[in-house]
Amino acid sequence: MNAFYGFIRKEFLHILRDRRTMIILFGMPLAQLIIFGYAIRNELNYTGIAILDQSRDEQSSLITDKIAASGYFDVTAWLDHPDQIEDIFRSGTSRLVLVIGSGFERERHRYGISEIQIITDASNPNMAQLAQSYVMAIIRDTSPSQPSGLIPEVRMVYNPALRSANLFVPGLIAIILMLVSTLMTSIAITREKETGTMEVLLASPLSPLVIILGKVLPYLILSLINVVTVLLTAQFIFEVPFAGSYIHFFLQAGLFTLVALCLGILISTITNSQQVAMMIALAGLLLPTILLSGFIFAVENMPYPLEIFSNIVPARWFLVIVKGIMLKGSSIGILWNETLILIGMLIVLVAVSARKFQIRLE
Amino acid sequence: MRMLYFMLKKEFLQIFRNKMMLPILFVMPIIQLLILANAATFELKSIPIHIVDQDRTQLSRHIISSMSASDFFEVHEIGTSTSNAINAMDRNKVKAIVVLPAGMEKDLMLLGSSNVQVMIDAVDGYAAGISQQYITRLLTELDISSVKPIVDITPSNMGKGGLRITWSHWYNPTLDYIPFMVPGILVVLVSMIGGFLSGMNVVREREIGTMEQLNVTPITRWVFIAGKLLPFWIIALLELIFGLTVAAVVFNLLSQGSILLILGSAGVFMVVVLGLGLFVSTISDTQQQAMFITWFIMVLFILMGGLFTPIDSMPLWAQQLTLVNPMAWYIDLMRRVMLTGAGLEHVWKSIVVLGGMGIVVLGAAIMRFRKFA
Repeated sequence: MNAFYGFIRKEFLHILRDRRTMIILFGMPLAQLIIFGYAIRNELNYTGIAILDQSRDEQSSLITDKIAASGYFDVTAWLDHPDQIEDIFRSGTSRLVLVIGSGFERERHRYGISEIQIITDASNPNMAQLAQSYVMAIIRDTSPSQPSGLIPEVRMVYNPALRSANLFVPGLIAIILMLVSTLMTSIAITREKETGTMEVLLASPLSPLVIILGKVLPYLILSLINVVTVLLTAQFIFEVPFAGSYIHFFLQAGLFTLVALCLGILISTITNSQQVAMMIALAGLLLPTILLSGFIFAVENMPYPLEIFSNIVPARWFLVIVKGIMLKGSSIGILWNETLILIGMLIVLVAVSARKFQIRLE
Repeated sequence: MRMLYFMLKKEFLQIFRNKMMLPILFVMPIIQLLILANAATFELKSIPIHIVDQDRTQLSRHIISSMSASDFFEVHEIGTSTSNAINAMDRNKVKAIVVLPAGMEKDLMLLGSSNVQVMIDAVDGYAAGISQQYITRLLTELDISSVKPIVDITPSNMGKGGLRITWSHWYNPTLDYIPFMVPGILVVLVSMIGGFLSGMNVVREREIGTMEQLNVTPITRWVFIAGKLLPFWIIALLELIFGLTVAAVVFNLLSQGSILLILGSAGVFMVVVLGLGLFVSTISDTQQQAMFITWFIMVLFILMGGLFTPIDSMPLWAQQLTLVNPMAWYIDLMRRVMLTGAGLEHVWKSIVVLGGMGIVVLGAAIMRFRKFA
C-alpha cells in the first residue's frame, strides 16, 4: 500500500510539475466548448444567393426583394444569362440560384400559373436542401392562403425551442472528455519507455495492475475537474437545462472518463514510441469519435454495418446518457443498459492492458 | 545540397524504422476514409412512431394506414393513451408521437380543418427537423377526399397564387453524401499526418536529447528545417494520391476538375500545416505539450472547417472566424474542384490566401525556431 501511495504521489508530481500542460489540460476543453457551443449550428444562418431574373416585372421583384430582406440570404450576384450559373457555383460565391423566366407576370395573367426555378449547388447536399426549403417558404409566403384540411401542430419535446446549444453541448461534453482523457494516458507508459525510466519502474515491486491504476487515478481526478468546469459552462453560459440528478451525472461521467483513460493506457502499453501512441490516440480516435457517436449524425440512420460498428465507440453510449440526464431527466432505471455496456468496456480494457503490459524491455 | 540529402535520408529512416508507422500513415487513414464516408448521412431510415388514436373514425384509420404504408415511418404502437406514448418516448422506443384527437373527423367535416398533435423527440436535432418535415408533409398532402366535407376544401397546393416552384440539384442530383464527405475527410486525414508528426518530430529530438548531437554537426538551420518538413510534405502528398485512388476505385468518385490542380494546391496547403506544426514545436518543451496544442488546433480547424456542419449555418462572427482557418479554405477548394469541376480561374483566390497563410505561418515558425536549445 505504501508503495502504491508513493507511486501515485510520484505521478501527481510529474503532472503538476508541468505547468504548461496543466493550463492546456484545463483551458482547452473550456475554450473548445465555448467556441463550438456558439458556432456549431444546423439551421441556415446566412448564405449567398444569385438571382437570374429575366422578367424584372412587379411580381418577380416582389419575390426577389423578399428574399434579399429575409436576413438569411446575401444576394451576391444578379445574373443575365443561364450560362453564368456554372461559374457562380464553381467560384463558390453562391449556394443557389433563383431563376425567374421571362414573362413571369404575363404567364400568370394568361395561364393563371407561373414558374420559378431554384437551382442548388448540391455538392453540399444538406445545405442545398436547407437553402431550397428556406427559399420555397419565403416565396410561398408572398401569397398566403387560408389553412385547410389537416393541420399538424408540432411540439418539440425535451427541447421545445430546438435550441442548437441543447443539442450540441451534451455531445461536445462527451467528445471533449473522451479525447482529452484518452490523450492524457496514451503516452503515460510509452513516455517512461522512451525516456528510459521504465526500467526503474519494472525493477520496483509494483505489479502491472498497480502501475496501471497509479497512472489512471491522478488523471481521473484531473478529468473530473474538467467535468465540473464543462458542466458549469453548459449551465451558465449556454443555459442548457439540467433535468436529472447531479450525483447520477458525476458517477456516469466518472465511469466514462475511466473508460477513456483505460483506452489511453491500452494504447500506451502496446506502443513503444510517443509518436505512434499519439497518432493512434489522435488520428485514430478523433474522426471516429465525432462521426460515430451520434454527435452530428444520428447513429440509427447510418448503414446497418456502421450502426453495429458504432457500438464499440464509448462516446456513443455516453452521449445517450448525457442527453438522457440533461434533457430528459432520465434515471438509472432507464439508462442501465448504456451504463452496463460502459462498465463492460472498462473491465475489458483494464484486463487487456494488464495482460499486454510487458514486464521485460527489449 | 549533400547535407540536405543525408538529413532527409536520416529522417525517412527514422520514420519508417518504427514498424507501426507505415500502417498508421497509410492504412489507418484509408480505413477511416472508407468507413467514415458512409457514416455521414442526414437521411432518416424510418422513424419509430407511436400513434394515439382518440378519434377512432374512418379518417383516423385512414391516417394510420397511410403512416403504416409509408417507408418513412415504422408504427411502433397504436394506442389511446397519451401518457403511455410519452413513456415510450422517455425510453427511447419511439421518436415521434402523433395524437389524433377525438372529434377530428367531425371538425374536418364541419369546419374544413382540424388539428393533429405531433410530438417529436428533439434530442437529436437534425432527425427532429426531418421527422417534422416528413410527418407534416404526410398529413398535409394526405388525400382526404374520402371524408366528405360539408365545407368545400381547397387542396393545399392551390390558392398559392398560381405559383409553381421547381428545383434542380446540380452536381449531385441524388443528394448523395459520399461525394460531399470524401474530399473533406481526405483533407483532414492528410493534415493530421502533416500537422501532428512534423511538430512532434522536432520536439522529440529535444526531449530525447539528440538535438545536441545535431547541434555539433555542420547542418545549418535551413537544412535542418527543410529536412524535418520535407519528408512529411512528401508523405502527405503521396497519401493524398493514394486516398484519391481509393476514392475513385471504391466510391467511383472521379474528380471533375484537374488532379494536378488538387495536388498543386495541396502542396500549398501542406506548407501552412507543416508551418503550424513547426511553430507548435517552438513553443513546446515536451511531445505531450506539442500533442495537446496540435490537438486543440486540429479540432478547432475540423469543427470550424465546414466538414460536418456547414459554415453557412454558423453565426456571422464564426463565419468570419473561419476566414483564418486554412482547412476551411482547402476543404471548400477540394469540393469545388472535385465535384463542380472548378478550374484555376475559379479557385486562384483560395490558393493565394493559402499561400499567404503559408508564408506568414512558416515565416513566424522559422523566426522563432532556434537550433540551439
